[in-house]
Amino acid sequence: MRTEYKLRSRFRAFTDHAATAIAVLSTIVVVTPLIAIFIYLLIRGFGSLNVAFFTKVPAPVGEIGGGMANAIVGSAVLLGLASLIGVPIGIGAGIYLAEFGRGTRMAYAIRFTADVLNGVPSIVMGLAAFSLVVIPQKHFSAFAGGVALGIMMIPTICRSSEEMLLMVPHAVREAALGLGVPNWRAVLSITVKTASPGIITGCMLAFARVAGETAPLLFTALGNQFWSTSLNEPIAALPLQIYVYALSPYDDWHRLAWAGALVLIVLIVLAVSLVRYVTSRGVLKGTS
Amino acid sequence: MEVNVPDLRIAQPNIPPESSLPPGKRAADAAPSAIRKFLLSRGNSAYTDLSFQYLMALCGFSIFGIVLLIFVELVGRSQMAWDQFHFEFFYKVYTDATTNTVLYWDPVNSHFSGLPFIYGTLVSSFLALLLAVPLAIGVAVFLTEMCPELLRGPLAFLTELLAAIPSIVYGLWAMYALVPLLREHVNPFLISALGWTGLFSDDNPTGLGFVAAGLILAVMILPIISSLTREVMTAVPHSQREAVLAIGATRWEMIRMGVLRNARIGIVGAIILGLGRALGETMAVTMVIGNSPEIHRSLLSNGSSMAAVIANEFAEATSDMHRSALMEIGLALFIVTIIVNALARLLVWAVTRGAPAQTH
Repeated sequence: MRTEYKLRSRFRAFTDHAATAIAVLSTIVVVTPLIAIFIYLLIRGFGSLNVAFFTKVPAPVGEIGGGMANAIVGSAVLLGLASLIGVPIGIGAGIYLAEFGRGTRMAYAIRFTADVLNGVPSIVMGLAAFSLVVIPQKHFSAFAGGVALGIMMIPTICRSSEEMLLMVPHAVREAALGLGVPNWRAVLSITVKTASPGIITGCMLAFARVAGETAPLLFTALGNQFWSTSLNEPIAALPLQIYVYALSPYDDWHRLAWAGALVLIVLIVLAVSLVRYVTSRGVLKGTS
Repeated sequence: MEVNVPDLRIAQPNIPPESSLPPGKRAADAAPSAIRKFLLSRGNSAYTDLSFQYLMALCGFSIFGIVLLIFVELVGRSQMAWDQFHFEFFYKVYTDATTNTVLYWDPVNSHFSGLPFIYGTLVSSFLALLLAVPLAIGVAVFLTEMCPELLRGPLAFLTELLAAIPSIVYGLWAMYALVPLLREHVNPFLISALGWTGLFSDDNPTGLGFVAAGLILAVMILPIISSLTREVMTAVPHSQREAVLAIGATRWEMIRMGVLRNARIGIVGAIILGLGRALGETMAVTMVIGNSPEIHRSLLSNGSSMAAVIANEFAEATSDMHRSALMEIGLALFIVTIIVNALARLLVWAVTRGAPAQTH
């Protein structure tokens, strides 16, 4: 009996140590490739980055030089259009969930649907935008790409702004209403303004996520080798250009693809870090 | 002292003062109009308030509208392929007339079968799950229960960053760093060590294929599974942990009995959510899976997936039937990911009791 107990407790101690070792090992196995990816990207990307990257359009095939200026501007145009579509509707949906629908079944259904929509592959959104915009217009356009990216932003912004609005304390709302401010005014100028740092960071997060999306643009904005800012023509976009260059057989284009990937990564790391910094300061601190 | 104030009042008609009338006949008691009743009951900003509320409700319902819109558009555009193939689309096997080999996807002769894409999606996703789930749960357990405070912040930030990297960048890295690694070192090892299973043959020396796709998908879904698992593990109340420790458990036994057992449902939900992400992943898979619409037993062979075929062929589809067939694949993908994601969300919310704090 006593030896059984000693054997058993030794076995238990062994499994405890083994489990700790496995957990530590799996963390190392996960973290190491991640750091390796980052370092590899930085090395390949920095080697290819130069001023011409930001100022020149792609050079003809086989020639050295050229850059991705049209892709960067094109991405900016697409993201501007997407934000114009996605941000107001998304924040409106968040306001409805937090202010007018709190606790109702409808709000639960909307929240659930928004989360499910977040998981739908982006290429399906691209197919929907193709069917909605490209087929009636009979040509690819930046507008179609903006619509595809915009409807991707709506569920993300809706959920994050709802969370930020829920964090505003009731005392703030009640003080405004008690002073006779109409409800719509109280919501817009008091509650939303209090939660605005959080809402803006939510929008930034959605922006960063959508900035890297390639699949919906493959057959809506299509990509463009030349300088174009018109909404009615195909337009270049940074991730799209990276994709095209990566699949090509030319070394110079591979170099440009790496530089583009580095720019994209830097943008996203900045956005994520900024989001973390602002949300760590709390909801109310940012306003005063 | 008397002050002579001239009477400057204009002669008024002789209306008896209101208060002398019996109640019921006073002007103030007259039945107010419907508008006045409404404004009196709610305050004068009633119209603006109501219209603002309806506008916000409209924005809220736009979420439903988006889902409906996607569904309607996809069903409408895939009607042509559906009318021609019906359910056969998902399992038919054709034979090439000239070479007598099995054929699935032939846009030139209008032979469309979704079988290789469904096979490719399932194989790459399950391979990714096989690799990612143990690692993700290990990372989550480490970060929640065993990690020293100082390391927790940076490691959590690192995993969050991993989730934020766009898939095109993963695809780029996979194509130029992972695939050569597989080609030179890993695949020969797999063929020599595990070739007896019949799952690893040496027909494909390029390094592309299901293994490459499974690996990069595993790297991509790992942060999602890990962070959701962490969330459901922290949602388990501390009383459970303390109760198990109080009866003399070691730390691993406390984790196993107190935390993982209670968070089981949520962890399954997290895994299903990772599966949902892997099913729909496009760019990284397109770049490394080899893109050939064939089915082979070997895991090292080239293949294709549903999202990959749409990404590759849609912009250059020549015939309406081709586009319609691709739309039907997109519709199938949409329905499958909606079901998988809905199931996952329900499971996770069951444990965290309501909407989780992070919007993944």
